[in-house]
Amino acid sequence: MKNKEILLGPLSKNNPVIVQVLGICSALAVTSKLEPSIVMAISVIAVVALANVVISLLRNTIPNSIRIIVQLVVVAALVIIVDQVLKAFAYDVSKQLSVFVGLIITNCIVMGRLEAFALSHGPWESFLDGIGNGIGYGLILVIVGFFRELLGSGTLLGFQVIPQALYDMGYANNGLMILPPMALIVVACIIWVHRSHNTELQEK
Amino acid sequence: MNKQGNTYTILYASIMVIVVATILAVVSVALKPMQQANIEIDKKKQILTAVNISSTAADAVDKYAQYIVDSYVTDATGAKVDGVDAFGVDVAAEVKKPAEERQLPVFEARLDDGSVKYILPLYGAGLWGPIWGYISIEADGNTIYGSYFAHQGETPGLGAEIEKPDFQAQFQGKHLFIDGEMKPVAVMKVGQKPLNGAEYVDAISGGTITSKGVQDMIENSLLPYNAFLKTLVK
Repeated sequence: MKNKEILLGPLSKNNPVIVQVLGICSALAVTSKLEPSIVMAISVIAVVALANVVISLLRNTIPNSIRIIVQLVVVAALVIIVDQVLKAFAYDVSKQLSVFVGLIITNCIVMGRLEAFALSHGPWESFLDGIGNGIGYGLILVIVGFFRELLGSGTLLGFQVIPQALYDMGYANNGLMILPPMALIVVACIIWVHRSHNTELQEK
Repeated sequence: MNKQGNTYTILYASIMVIVVATILAVVSVALKPMQQANIEIDKKKQILTAVNISSTAADAVDKYAQYIVDSYVTDATGAKVDGVDAFGVDVAAEVKKPAEERQLPVFEARLDDGSVKYILPLYGAGLWGPIWGYISIEADGNTIYGSYFAHQGETPGLGAEIEKPDFQAQFQGKHLFIDGEMKPVAVMKVGQKPLNGAEYVDAISGGTITSKGVQDMIENSLLPYNAFLKTLVK
């Protein structure tokens, strides 16, 4: 497989969220605002890419019988480091993300890429694969976060974007957008648009 | 060496655990001072919010130094306890002790108009996890001037509404003493009134257990201040 395909494939045709339908739980948990979505996206990109490289470097030494445990330890260590760094440098965001940073460990995308890719490829390809899948996941998070914050709170990154005049005319924020179910519905809409553009992905 | 053998597997696991533990310990120690500073800044922001002063992470320390003119610890008899830093008191641990044994922090704020407010910390339990806050009281030791509530994981849109200004604003102007007896503000379902004649605010519909938690928190956290607040009443 070419490096370019490894990096760009997960952005669209092989997207972990909307094609493989992985990592949905965190997609609905953190996307009620745009800012935590972006921070979560960056955190996951960092964790997947680094975990992929570490596992890829170790792949010839890992005993097969404890392979999953080794992967878990590496991912857990990286996630704890990300959590600690956020607490030190972006305290407000880390308060908002609270438990969800820790839950990156359980994000199926991370373990999935380690098992399916890093164990059988070199470090550079694994790094690109991690970056690609992280961005593919992050992209969906940011799109969902954008619509949920815009329609649910009338703001983007905390700044009011829907003018007061519109509210005076009777427009109201849609409180439902803030609640978790709307994340699934927005993701479903993205899948709908995506599949109608990529007809080969449609199931018969 | 046989890579699939037991000896190799055990050695591999042991070395990996030691290496990972070392890395995590180093990271934790290196970042600790910055995390501690962030936690203190956040606490200062919360205390300032209770007297309706909004601050950001950048100016919270300066504003805190400017407005919070004094802080001290009292006991249940209203006497000041010497040698204890009010800012460092762990309120979460204190509220579990019997009233007589508690250390009761008081933060004194002097606002731009020269008026003095007393800020008292609150801590209790909501539906899913801890809730906490600060409540500020006028110089008469009776009237509530402002409040701040926060929570760890209450349900968004329901219990989490306690952190919204709409809910917190209800407490402004309420009284803690009715006919000279302390009856902390109750949180009641719309249309109901507390039996003991205390003043009350409206609960959050759909957030019954969190609302009850706020009421219990106020009661449990404020009652030990009875003696201290009475010394303020002129």
